[in-house]
Amino acid sequence: MIEAIPTIDGAAPRPASAPIVQVIGLTKRFPGVVANDGVNLTVRRGTIHAIVGENGAGKSTLMKTLYGMHRPDEGTIAVNGKHVHFKSPADAIAAGIGMVHQHFMLADNFTVLENIVLGSEPRTGLALDFVGARRKLAEISTSYGLDLEPDALVEDLGVGDRQRVEIAKVLYRGATTLILDEPTAVLVPQEVDELFGNLAELKSEGLTVIFISHKLDEVRRVADSITVIRRGTTVGTADPNSVTARQLAEMMVGSELPTLETRDSTVTDEVVLGVEDLTVLLPTGRPVVDSVSFQVRRGEVVGIAGVEGNGQSELVETIMGLHELAAGTLRFGAEDMTGWSTRQRRESGVGFIPEDRQRQGMLLDAPLWENRILGNQTRPPAVKGIFIDRSAARKDCARIMQEYDVRAPGCDTLAVALSGGNQQKLIVGREMSGNPKLLIAAHPTRGVDVGAQAAIWELLKDARSAGLAIILVSADLDELIGLSDTLYVMLRGRLVAQLDPADVTPEQLGIHMTGAAA
Amino acid sequence: MNLVRRVGLTLFAPTLALIVALVISAIVILAIGESPLVALRELFNFGDSSASQIQAVTVILNRAIPLFLAGLAVSIGFRMGLFNIGVEGQYRLATIMAAWVGSAIVLPAPLHLLLIVVVAMAVGAIWAGIAGVLKVTRGVSEVISTIMLNFIAIGLASYLLTGPFRGTPEGSLTIATEDLPESGRLASLNGLLGQLGLAQPRTDLSGFLIPAIVVGVVVAVVVKRTRFGFDLRASGLNPAAATTSGVNAKGMVVKAMLISGGLAGLIGLPDLLGDTYHYGTEFTSGLGFLGIAVALLGRNNPLGIAFGALLFGFLDRAALSLQFAGIPSQVVTIIQGTIVLAVVIANEVARRIAIRQAERSGANLPTAGPPAGEQPATVAT
Repeated sequence: MIEAIPTIDGAAPRPASAPIVQVIGLTKRFPGVVANDGVNLTVRRGTIHAIVGENGAGKSTLMKTLYGMHRPDEGTIAVNGKHVHFKSPADAIAAGIGMVHQHFMLADNFTVLENIVLGSEPRTGLALDFVGARRKLAEISTSYGLDLEPDALVEDLGVGDRQRVEIAKVLYRGATTLILDEPTAVLVPQEVDELFGNLAELKSEGLTVIFISHKLDEVRRVADSITVIRRGTTVGTADPNSVTARQLAEMMVGSELPTLETRDSTVTDEVVLGVEDLTVLLPTGRPVVDSVSFQVRRGEVVGIAGVEGNGQSELVETIMGLHELAAGTLRFGAEDMTGWSTRQRRESGVGFIPEDRQRQGMLLDAPLWENRILGNQTRPPAVKGIFIDRSAARKDCARIMQEYDVRAPGCDTLAVALSGGNQQKLIVGREMSGNPKLLIAAHPTRGVDVGAQAAIWELLKDARSAGLAIILVSADLDELIGLSDTLYVMLRGRLVAQLDPADVTPEQLGIHMTGAAA
Repeated sequence: MNLVRRVGLTLFAPTLALIVALVISAIVILAIGESPLVALRELFNFGDSSASQIQAVTVILNRAIPLFLAGLAVSIGFRMGLFNIGVEGQYRLATIMAAWVGSAIVLPAPLHLLLIVVVAMAVGAIWAGIAGVLKVTRGVSEVISTIMLNFIAIGLASYLLTGPFRGTPEGSLTIATEDLPESGRLASLNGLLGQLGLAQPRTDLSGFLIPAIVVGVVVAVVVKRTRFGFDLRASGLNPAAATTSGVNAKGMVVKAMLISGGLAGLIGLPDLLGDTYHYGTEFTSGLGFLGIAVALLGRNNPLGIAFGALLFGFLDRAALSLQFAGIPSQVVTIIQGTIVLAVVIANEVARRIAIRQAERSGANLPTAGPPAGEQPATVAT
């Protein structure tokens, strides 16, 4: 079960193996923020140790400190029982600690072998010793079951293969403790299984893996021990065999989780959006949205399920006016909005949470208050006549930060500095602030942590009760079933099924999504 | 702490760049066997009498005014990620058209001036607008089209000058349009200098100084404080997000090119209205390209562009006195070139540092100067 920390004493509880990495009282401050505050962590040799926590809880800061990317303000790090002071990642690598970043750092036009030796090129005299490197890579590849083809070009590799190249790169440099930063975030389920197989190999060879994640089920599957971080500090360690995902989530969030139960229906008869025979063509002339018709009423959440790439994105983007439609009409209340510009739609009360928040929803290099204005350029309080009302925009940004629990130092912070969950909460707050009549939410909780997810669900439910019409596109089937009043399945551009979320299971929904039901 | 950091980061890049540029220039001057100290002395040698000092300042300002306008024109495009390389052609064509219209018509003074300004801005805007329309309808890169339009504009201006617009008689040595009548000329500010009790410079201080400052203020307000300016900057920072937020991306490209070209149309007017009164073969060229450098120096910020223009004017002034001291005037061009390179590199480095710090800490840090940033840029001291 859940033990209370601190378990600082290195000697005792599990005699299985000695601690290879031990962190005591680690504190790291940045201007305005304490990113890590008294973190304690004990990782034992030959284990897979998971670090879980919400986005922005301080996991990455801790790992970057361990990897020598920045230096702690307080506290100690011991590797193999010896105190270390890393000045750079090179020091960490020398001490046997390597890191596989979430975003791969590979040169696409190089081969696997070239990528692996890049930065620590083996030399004989002036020439590169590729023969020796190749032999070493082959050893690594076979002994850890990485199955790498040294001469393949990286650009031809899939995501899972690239990740294995990154792992091999770290092993090539002699690391015996590997830090993996959210390794499963980019993988499909089969690749996750393969990765876990690789990790087991590493473990059986006596290597240590530190695994960062917020996917609790995966963590329970793969880890030998779990440490939970909340708001910059370690709040406990848990045994994956006995802890439930829900208990872990509660440790992460620090409170009882709200459940995703549908409340009483608030659906009215008043149609807010009418989509009739909507067809959108790709440049090739193939329909990506094919004669889609549906209605969204006041107080109703219409969920759209589907395997990604079946036209959901194009459908909602067309409703926002971002694509030209080849046929069909869009009615907004009593009006025909087919020919409206995106701005007219927004002004009339359509809010949009885009699926790719950083690409479509944010100005990353701009401060939060300017991001507050984005999408509201023609509406108060952000503007006054033709001018931007800076003080009102700042004030309203502060309101959103407070009401929607956006954790950031202030409204002048650049958006790029926020974690994904906090960026998303800002977007939700912004899109809700114009009192929209219709909200289009595309993957509103993708990539956000449990706490932010629960908060966003609550917001959507409250808004629905208040009479908002919502279109919800999501890949999270529980979310779809839990929030929707009406559920459609989209397949190859068509709505192929209408289901009642009250009595459909994720499995049944999955069958419809893959077209197996027909 | 925060304020110190902010100011420090903002000043750090340009100051460092200036020092680096001066060191490189000193090495070049040493390499050609001259003394960098003499060059430095000549740069700051404004003469002994107050009259010659006023004269020096006037020369600097007269050079800086068109450079400032050119920098503004370029910066509008840069703000939304458009590279208007065609400012050169836009102002040359605008100036000759304005000169011709202005000399062909006689109106009461204010109206006459206004007409010339409107013609110049309209021609510049239309010429730049061609590139904008080509971009949104046919997907032609504005870099390519504006460069090509430069050649066409310069060729067209030459044809018009030697043909239909020629105002000097056949066989005369100068080829120019007819001079503007009195009502189309702009008074110099020498009278104002006199009223301030200052000595009269030998050269007229261009009366366009005041309109240029007004234009600078208007551009600053439009870019930073208006909805339009927000849309413009948003389009530059993240085109996809701007479109999603309701900005009409295509309309924005055309509008930005029109404004950029309209501003470019003003570049030749200080000389036309206050100095030469005609467009001719010897009319100042190259201002459009220098404008790109000035906009880079000023990080697209009107105040920064003003500094950049003044710095270039300051360096250009020294060209003559450097020659008197036996140092080739091309040294000035070398200094200008190294400053631009150093500033661009330093800005990028400072921007990366700032972004990295912001990402790492989630702390309250300013951008040290992305191309579309909005901190006041102090380029030179």
